[in-house]
Amino acid sequence: MRAWWLILLVIVVALALPWGFYDWAHHRHAGFLISMLSQMGMMVILALSYNMLLGQAGLFSLCHATFFGIGGYATVHFLNAAGAGELPVPMEFMPLLAGLCGLALAILFGAMATKQRTTAFAMITLGIGELMATAALMFQHFFGGEGGVTTDRMINNSIFGLNYAHGIEVYYLIVAWTVIATGLMYFLTLTPLGRMANATRDNFERAQFIGYDPRSVRFLQFALAGFFAGIGGGLYAITYEIVTFDALGAPLSANALLMAYIGGSGVFGGPILGAVLITLLQSGVSLLSNSWLVYVGVLFIGMVIFAPSGLAGIIQAHGPIQRSGRLGQLAVPYLRLLVPSMAAVFGFVGLVELLSFLTIGEAQGKKLVLFGNPIHAASALPWVISAVALLAGGIWLRWEATGFRRIWTSLSSGQQA
Amino acid sequence: MTSLSLRDVRKSFGPTEIIRGVTLDVAPGERHCIIGPNGAGKTTCFNLISGRFPITSGEILLNGHRIDQLPPHRINRMGLSRSFQITSIFHRLSVFENLRCALLWSMGYRYSFWSPLWRQKALNERADALLEDLNLTSRRDVLAGLLSYAEQRALEIGMTIAGGASVILLDEPTAGMSNTETDYAMALIRRVTEGKTLLMVEHDMKVVFDLADVITVLVYGQVIASGPPAAVRASRAVQEAYLGALEG
Ligand SMILES: Nc1ncnc2c1ncn2[C@@H]1O[C@H](COP(=O)(O)OP(=O)(O)O)[C@@H](O)[C@H]1O
Ligand SMILES: [Mg+2]
Repeated sequence: MRAWWLILLVIVVALALPWGFYDWAHHRHAGFLISMLSQMGMMVILALSYNMLLGQAGLFSLCHATFFGIGGYATVHFLNAAGAGELPVPMEFMPLLAGLCGLALAILFGAMATKQRTTAFAMITLGIGELMATAALMFQHFFGGEGGVTTDRMINNSIFGLNYAHGIEVYYLIVAWTVIATGLMYFLTLTPLGRMANATRDNFERAQFIGYDPRSVRFLQFALAGFFAGIGGGLYAITYEIVTFDALGAPLSANALLMAYIGGSGVFGGPILGAVLITLLQSGVSLLSNSWLVYVGVLFIGMVIFAPSGLAGIIQAHGPIQRSGRLGQLAVPYLRLLVPSMAAVFGFVGLVELLSFLTIGEAQGKKLVLFGNPIHAASALPWVISAVALLAGGIWLRWEATGFRRIWTSLSSGQQA
Repeated sequence: MTSLSLRDVRKSFGPTEIIRGVTLDVAPGERHCIIGPNGAGKTTCFNLISGRFPITSGEILLNGHRIDQLPPHRINRMGLSRSFQITSIFHRLSVFENLRCALLWSMGYRYSFWSPLWRQKALNERADALLEDLNLTSRRDVLAGLLSYAEQRALEIGMTIAGGASVILLDEPTAGMSNTETDYAMALIRRVTEGKTLLMVEHDMKVVFDLADVITVLVYGQVIASGPPAAVRASRAVQEAYLGALEG
């Protein structure tokens, strides 16, 4: 019951958020916000569909963007055909067509890759990703080469009579499809195939001795994951009206992995958190800093080392403590962690930014500004302050972490007693 | 007709022949125990019968059909199910889910991605009935990986018989159990394999002579004796090669 309220809340927030930043004086939406939210929707679909492989089936795929990308490219061509009056499909169903393209390609590649599992599977998917990347540059007719392919989404065919001239209309289409795709993917986890995907993840050998061919399980799961990724790609094409190599290449495949992992691959909703967080970093921090990828990378490494179950796993770990009514007792320990963490982060960010300003920033003519004061990357003081903050914060944090761990253990074990 | 028969089955790993011409017949409804010293090839025999490894030569028939070229899942669907000496369960799924998974194929769900599991009344009732049978009802929603050893062994047996296979292979189901646990497990095994063909590897001689209709003695990959318990006990070859060694 609580879960339903949470879902409803998320949907309402997603629908209402653009209006919170509406510019009533000029009757304009905040374009930046809408494009960020739109991106989030697609990334949620991408990350969740990736987790159908990583978390649910234990398959480490390195080519998931392939199916996202193919959905995107195909949609560009569908939209162009629709614009020319050759394809009488309303806009609202375009993502479905994109999904079917993702499905078709995932059936083809899945037949190759899912004969294997673990490392061999990962290798084959790496090969598939490279193959598609090369194909995208070779087959100009379909992929448009380096420049990609472009379209115009105003095809004037909508079951709601919309022309999708405004970003907000597209955004609502994205919200609708994100909700549909998420709902379907959740449903899949509650079917025999979904359960056997978990089973083959845990112990593929045993699955064979209860009548299941693990290859078929992997194949079907892979194909369906491709379907949903394709839907995400379709939304991408509709949003940006241009699809290039970016929608299909290895960096996006890696992103899918990052989002699913950082969010938490062991919980259905984990990748949603990951997609939201990474998109925030991508859209927000990338405006402020050249080095945003460094932060994503460090975050990822940190999660792998300290919290392999991801954000969702961290939240879940609080469940028993919350049920025993002692969550409040964690407030002070958390606050005590916060201060040294902030110092360490401040120091780290400072060093990274100073370094980046020494190399690329100055060449771009940018200025490093902190609280309105210009900082000179060439002088020693900012370096010293950053280094001291990082070091002192780090040591202090280790010290605090020991105490925190003690309190955490006593709280979570006290619950059993 | 026999439920299961092996005809001069051989298996080599690299240059070493581990199973050296095993011929064996198991009649329908028979409780058949395989005994033999460690490393005799008992587990390997199970691996060959259940399709885990391909045989090097010979024939294996299940209810008259050749199965020696089939993959494990096909053999399972033909009505043969096995357990593992080293517990093999889905450790990140709950006990209930483990049993439900083991029921799925036999109840015709195949690879369905359109039937919601929570709505499958017959399936869920069967899984709950199995839990009751295994005395695991109180552990229903615990992750299988967190069960005690004896509980995991019970689950292992439960998953093996869940699909309703007519031929059941159990590999040392009571290994590592205390006396009470063994008694309990044996009562369970008798109960759940009622009317089925049972082929079981077992070390505990008390259990074997209690349960078996037929005993086969395997030593160094060869059958040195096979017959009713009394005959096997009396056999000189067995005395020398195996039982004597145990007692002496
Ligand atoms: N996969 C394998 N590869 C190589 N040798 C194996 C393999 N499986 C079993 N063996 C060997 O076969 C012999 C019989 O093993 P096993 O069937 O497990 O004996 P047991 O009768 O104790 O169950 C042992 O010597 C073992 O080392
Ligand atoms: Mg053995």
